[in-house]
Amino acid sequence: MLFFIEAVISGLLAGVMYALVALGFVLIFKASEIFNFAQGVMCLFAALTLAGLILGYTPFAEILHTLGLPSTWMPVFPLWLAIPLTIAVMIGLALLIERLILRYLVNQEPIILFMATIGLAFVLEGIGDLMWGSDVKPLDIGLPSGASDWMLDSFDIYVEKLEVAAAVIAAILVVLLTLFSQYTRIGRALRAVADDHQAALSVGISLRTIWVIVWSIAGFVALVAGVMWGAKSGVQFSLSLIALKALPVLILGGFTSIPGAIVGGLIIGVGEKVAEIYLGPFIGGALENWFAYVLALAFLLVRPQGLFGERIIERV
Amino acid sequence: MRKAILAAAGAAALGLVAVPTLAAAAELVVPALSYRTGPYAPNGIPFADGFIDYFTLLNERDGGIEGVPVKVVECETGYNTQRGVECYESTKGQGALVYQPLSTGITYQLIPKATEDGIPIHSMGYGRTSAANGKIFPSVFNFPGTYWDAASIIVKHIADLEGGDLKGKKIALVYHNSAYGKEPIRTLEELSKKHGFELMLLPVDHPGQEQKATWLQVRREKPDYVTMWGWGVMNQVAVKEAASVRFPMDHFIGVWWSASENDVLPAGEDADGYKAVTFHGVGDDFPIYGDLKANVYDKGKAAGDGSQAGTVLYNRGMLAAMWAAEAMRKAMEIHGTKDLTPAMVRDGYEALDVDEARLAALGLPNFTVPVKVTCGNHGGPGLGAIQQWDAKAKEWKLITDYIPADREVVDPLITEDSEAYAKEAAITPRECTM
Amino acid sequence: MFYRETGDFKTSYAADAQIFPIALDRWAFWLALAFAFLAVPFLIDDYWEKSVLLPFMIFALAAIGLNILTGYCGLVSLGTGGFMAVGAYASYKLMTEFEGLNIFVIVLLSGGITAAVGVLFGLPSLRIKGFYLAVATLAAQFFLVWLFNKVPWFYNYSATGMITVPERTMFGIAVTGPAAPPWATYLFCLVLLTLLGFAAKNMVRGRIGRSWMAIRDMDIAAQIIGVPPLQAKLSAFAISSFYIGVAGALYFCVWFGAVEPTEAFGINQSFLVLFMVIIGGLGSMLGSFLGALLLVVLPILLKNLMVDAAGMAPVLARHFEITIVGALIVFFLIVEPHGLARLWAMAKERLRHWPFSY
Repeated sequence: MLFFIEAVISGLLAGVMYALVALGFVLIFKASEIFNFAQGVMCLFAALTLAGLILGYTPFAEILHTLGLPSTWMPVFPLWLAIPLTIAVMIGLALLIERLILRYLVNQEPIILFMATIGLAFVLEGIGDLMWGSDVKPLDIGLPSGASDWMLDSFDIYVEKLEVAAAVIAAILVVLLTLFSQYTRIGRALRAVADDHQAALSVGISLRTIWVIVWSIAGFVALVAGVMWGAKSGVQFSLSLIALKALPVLILGGFTSIPGAIVGGLIIGVGEKVAEIYLGPFIGGALENWFAYVLALAFLLVRPQGLFGERIIERV
Repeated sequence: MRKAILAAAGAAALGLVAVPTLAAAAELVVPALSYRTGPYAPNGIPFADGFIDYFTLLNERDGGIEGVPVKVVECETGYNTQRGVECYESTKGQGALVYQPLSTGITYQLIPKATEDGIPIHSMGYGRTSAANGKIFPSVFNFPGTYWDAASIIVKHIADLEGGDLKGKKIALVYHNSAYGKEPIRTLEELSKKHGFELMLLPVDHPGQEQKATWLQVRREKPDYVTMWGWGVMNQVAVKEAASVRFPMDHFIGVWWSASENDVLPAGEDADGYKAVTFHGVGDDFPIYGDLKANVYDKGKAAGDGSQAGTVLYNRGMLAAMWAAEAMRKAMEIHGTKDLTPAMVRDGYEALDVDEARLAALGLPNFTVPVKVTCGNHGGPGLGAIQQWDAKAKEWKLITDYIPADREVVDPLITEDSEAYAKEAAITPRECTM
Repeated sequence: MFYRETGDFKTSYAADAQIFPIALDRWAFWLALAFAFLAVPFLIDDYWEKSVLLPFMIFALAAIGLNILTGYCGLVSLGTGGFMAVGAYASYKLMTEFEGLNIFVIVLLSGGITAAVGVLFGLPSLRIKGFYLAVATLAAQFFLVWLFNKVPWFYNYSATGMITVPERTMFGIAVTGPAAPPWATYLFCLVLLTLLGFAAKNMVRGRIGRSWMAIRDMDIAAQIIGVPPLQAKLSAFAISSFYIGVAGALYFCVWFGAVEPTEAFGINQSFLVLFMVIIGGLGSMLGSFLGALLLVVLPILLKNLMVDAAGMAPVLARHFEITIVGALIVFFLIVEPHGLARLWAMAKERLRHWPFSY
């Protein structure tokens, strides 16, 4: 029994980690109906930038080296400076994305916008590697890690401190996002755009500005997710693959709902951990991946629009 | 417009023709199928740097092998089989003498092809274990040790720690859920029958960033020892998780591919005591590094940014290059020519005999096990030492001598598996005198 | 200049229903086909075969399959890799269980088995739509790969779970295994591609294809005019899976010869084929080929240009390559969001009017 509780707690915490990645997807999908395939690579890119700045990597060192230019002149940034700088880079990225891609694809079908984000993912992957190199960068920004001794000693329950921190940060993030979208001018504009593009345009909301803001926020969320995952395994290319973990969460929670992402994450996290531990020994391990989708599928057959998705009303 | 299209089409056609730079007679072409991109790049980079730097050293210091310069053709695979095959086909035409794919998947892919083309493959400590049987795999070499050797060495080490008796013990294998990770299972199953320990299998899917469930099972089942066949990010996460569930790190033993600095550094202090089996020395305290510094690094000819020198995988890459160079030297000796063909290099590999005296002459004293390849045995001596991570000093330390593998378990398995392959692929084993 | 016809004059129904209504296109197509069959086999070597032509043809076949499902029937699928694995493992089991069976038959049978599996995983499509449907196919993707990795019967209990193709011949010439000459494997794939390509083109122009498109454009309206959604959707899944299964069988038997499921048929493969279909053009046969060309051949081309011709370090070249491919995807989408096939159609339209564009 105790072990079952432990498995559920681990699952819930893992679910929060998935939800962190899923949040970024939801933000962008809500505001622009774009399924942003590049979200995973954005996590990687943000974490790489932060780790690169902290560790004093020189951007594009390889190219500079090939061209015979000095390639080791970057100072080591302190954390309090590196974080704002990284956020600035992500905002710059959002601006560029709007300027170079989204602007030309207004009013296109969702699948085409999806495709554009795939192109974006390739570009970011290439540039990320070119800028910061492909070695593992340890990311130590003072987050707690390891098992919580207190829980382990007094209750014999294993709880990972890093993931508790992630849960707290995710909670803060959701509260901040909610406050932002409820009580600020920009937040209200965001909601208006999410509700109806045309109507929002007609009352004078600039779609382009909104997009830049949304992508910047998604970039910030990507940074948070990237840092949490990067602290676990070091920052490296594999970080971009965590997007795959967010996919069943999104599908389960609905693409448009922030609470959906959180609840979906928790359900998927618990479901796959419990399945792996209790089902794995009987039918063979490493079933987490497909089990997450089967779980999502089971939910979808009952509610085709996802847990918190908007009901689709069809008319001929 | 039409001109532009024509020009584009022309450029396209040009680009597809793999520019057939025929090797000049006096040049030894060695392709390096490296991966400096993709999820496994952190492991691929140091290996490739070591491999290339060694040949650069030979070229710079000695003018090549016996005066014939070596041309290393690097080709980026990204640890992807499809690209690996493309690399093989494109470098084959340039007169490639030996392939070292550094990926079990690509090795499996190339074994039939390269055998057909008569080009030797040296999958050093990876790839298909049963290729150690030279009677059935004449062109494939996997010395100095195979995965099955490694598994039996790890079990031997555990038996030593336990005072020789493993009855009733429980050993878990955490493995990369791929051809590579599954390799040791069969041997471990045999060994568990022989020694009477219980084997627990815990697969981890690529890429392996989420291993909560795996380590919770370790926590519940409390195996006495955990071994690991991991690669890439999986290693780092596993070491961290093991520390988190308070698994005693000195009871956690990885294969040689789960034991680079990359794998333990992100876990910091917690990784202290983690062990792994290895077949070569650690650090840069070898005479060859003096030569490398003088002839390669200081001249600005290093393959990477130089930060990798002395790391586990860099040393291993260098070792792979050393054996390739020695095999080519041997081939020149046997055939009395400096104009080598792949078939000659194959003969060189088969007659390879690098003992301690030769290692010392090469500037690598006590660096690795002596290797003597024979017609029937392409798997080498099958020796491995245990190394342990010292998190304070941030370095690996060898803590045992080289331990021989459990030949009475491994050899029958190799014979069995290779004969099954021979039957499936309709190969008649050749005769070997020894 | 290129097209010298003076308007549409059709005097028979046959002329009206032609695949290539313009004579020049028709000739060009037959010429290209003749070139592919009669000249290319004499020109290619191992490199062209294994690195350019086979990948192109096999991915084109898979793209045609996915295009039937996604492009013509409007059902997004991310299970392509898993279905290719079904084809590959079916062909492996057939080859090792029935030694005497002809390889051509084996490949087609593998397609048939994949079709059955496809229908099974297509069942949820009756209730779930759009991006949400992708989850059913994703479940198939992960489950199938896991299954082939887990159950030893599928890989004949080999030590590592790798499957290796035995040698099979057609008319006494090896088409699988390492000894197969390049022209033989090439012709083998080309014959299949040509046959199945024609079949697909005619299917999408016929009754069944029209029912798919009706469902795609508006399923409720289609239902009202008498298109049964169950039949239409499941037949799309079946036929699409058949093509993908054949592609998977060829991928394993002819192209690679040895595969392991996790890498060869992973989710990346599913994405890759989906990208081809979208970039090439949804609901276009030509698009399937153009998409495969862009995503399979272009990277190799870029690599050769940068590494061999320009002498760039391979790793830098790889970074640039992926950046350039990504930028090109975005560029093509901005120029023409409906895919390369539409771009080509528009170019052709211009050429027909040129130089007097009125």
